[in-house]
Amino acid sequence: MNPFMRGMTQPRTRRDIFKLAGASAAGLALAACGVQGQKAAPPKADAVADFWAKQQKHGKVVFANWPEYMPEDKGPLEKFKADTGISYEYKEVIQENAEFFGKADPVLRAGQPLGYDIVVMTNGVQLQHMIDLGYVVPLDHSKLPNFQANAGQKYKERAYDPGNKYTVPYTSGVTGIAYNTNYIKDDLTSIEALFDPKYKGRVGMMADAQEIGNFGMISLGIAPETSTEADWRKAGEKLKAQRDAGIVRKYYDQSYIDAVSKGDLWISMAWSGDVFQRQLAGEPVKFYVPEEGGTIWTDNMLIPKGAANPVDAIMLMDYLYQPAVAAELDEFIQYVTPVPAVQDLLREKAASATGEEKKTLEEMVASPLMFPSDEEYAKLHSYTPLTTQQEQVFNPIFQSITQA
Amino acid sequence: MKRLTPYLLVLPSWIWLAIFLVVPMAAMASVSLQTGNAIDGFAMTFSFSNYGDALSRYSTQLLRSLLYGGLATVAMMLIGYPVAYWIAFRGGRRKSMYLFLLLLPFFVSFVLRTISWNFLLADNGILFGTLKGWGLLPEGFHVLATTFAVVGGLTYNFLPFMILPIYVALERVDPRVVEAAQDLYATRGAAFRRVVLPLSLPGVFAGVLMTFVPATADPINAAILGGTSNTMIGNIIQTEYLTNLNYPTASALSFTLMAVLLVGIFVYARVLGTENVLEAAAR
Repeated sequence: MNPFMRGMTQPRTRRDIFKLAGASAAGLALAACGVQGQKAAPPKADAVADFWAKQQKHGKVVFANWPEYMPEDKGPLEKFKADTGISYEYKEVIQENAEFFGKADPVLRAGQPLGYDIVVMTNGVQLQHMIDLGYVVPLDHSKLPNFQANAGQKYKERAYDPGNKYTVPYTSGVTGIAYNTNYIKDDLTSIEALFDPKYKGRVGMMADAQEIGNFGMISLGIAPETSTEADWRKAGEKLKAQRDAGIVRKYYDQSYIDAVSKGDLWISMAWSGDVFQRQLAGEPVKFYVPEEGGTIWTDNMLIPKGAANPVDAIMLMDYLYQPAVAAELDEFIQYVTPVPAVQDLLREKAASATGEEKKTLEEMVASPLMFPSDEEYAKLHSYTPLTTQQEQVFNPIFQSITQA
Repeated sequence: MKRLTPYLLVLPSWIWLAIFLVVPMAAMASVSLQTGNAIDGFAMTFSFSNYGDALSRYSTQLLRSLLYGGLATVAMMLIGYPVAYWIAFRGGRRKSMYLFLLLLPFFVSFVLRTISWNFLLADNGILFGTLKGWGLLPEGFHVLATTFAVVGGLTYNFLPFMILPIYVALERVDPRVVEAAQDLYATRGAAFRRVVLPLSLPGVFAGVLMTFVPATADPINAAILGGTSNTMIGNIIQTEYLTNLNYPTASALSFTLMAVLLVGIFVYARVLGTENVLEAAAR
């Protein structure tokens, strides 16, 4: 019998037990430090002023952002460089909030700099963690004149960051519904289409707990912002029934949009900008915000703790709020800009443009996906704000559906 | 000094193992017994119930992973053995070219190759779209988002790790022992069954180890090719770790998976008779 099997099947000698205990103790001693928490108290106002008073401009800034969030010629950044003399490094290193936070957390926890001066994160659990753990440098609003002057009122009243203490919006987008017009000829308006047995096996839902949870609640007439645990459970039941009836094909991440345009999915929860880009490419996809409501999310710029060039970073943040710069940016990324003046600028540009470009620009200006009206904004809900304790209830309810 | 030399020579690998295996494992073992959350911190409470909780919540996904890993491994054996056999005995001068061709697709990233199946097997894509157009397949037919797609993806992705060890074992079989068997009036089938197959078992054994373990733990295929009920334990660990920041549960699940795999491997080694296998390999 080999030693391993003997160990498993025959009584251990006392010596074996001592050995085992010794080994375990050594292991635990090595690892005794575990994972330290460090919930940070909100910074005092004078400490913030103090911090900024000590900082200087270094002529350099490192910007970490998501893919396809900056024109290929880096126009806005080049202009910034020409105007301020600050050189930039632009890195498309953020693909997913959870993954990015998972990588950044140990570095910031150890008090090391991330190596980025500006980071873009979506409002949600991970951004909340960043703020709660004291990983974000509070902003000096005296250095943000363009933001004050040009940001839309809605973008100054953010439930997840009141008073924009830590973040300013980069761009916003709407979560609604996309469908493939080759397969669905009807003009859809309701969220119930996602639950329609007619589309059995052809419906895509998002895997993210917030996204799917919000849609479950909206379909029941519950506003996610003010929802309670009982509401989450009700939404969970509805979504589980949808799954058990075989209506859902799969719970998707970013890959849903390919599935819709190929026809694997006929209808899916979707992010506005994705669909708009596909429409401009001539693919048979259509987007709508359900009459019952959709959600709006915001990707935010922030300065991570330990950033080497905070002054240059806040200058760049503010620079992007100049209407002309914001317009150039939004013309490329085609989500909702936090600067309302962009719509007029693009309209003027469309008036003087010709041919294909004129048509594209006119479509953008008229698009409710880029410039939602007040009426459309009214239908848009924010994510459910969750404390750490609530998150531990919320996530399992919906993950037990998406990851069964 | 002379007596110490061998120990000094292995010292670097010991240090390597200590730093990159023992320390992380001990840290993980410690975390798996802690309670708390990412914001307030985790404290060591020797909470062995983490294991019970994690298992009771995720036993379905764990068993499913073992099933998928097992199915994929069997499929790989059935496909891999004939391929390895053919290259080893019929490959002739072009053996290395065949092996190169076999490995060629694997120069491309694992994830990209898996995603490309999404295009090839799309419901109305190149393959199924055409077949449906000819009326050979019903309109609702699909492979993506099914168990078959996940097991197929696992089989495809780990196949070379099955073929190569079997090939190495078969390569070393002296053709003269087959001739000897035939001289002793063995039929071709009997010569294969009683001579070639036993001699190649170490390769099969190694192949199974190298494929079953990663296939069982793999999160990529289930995420990209699977549907609503194909979640594997790797996906759960990833979500618990990165999204929920529930480090104790993620660690407890990782350990459980490791333990299950280790026990499985040792039982498997016993059944197959490791000693004989290892002796044969050492020959």
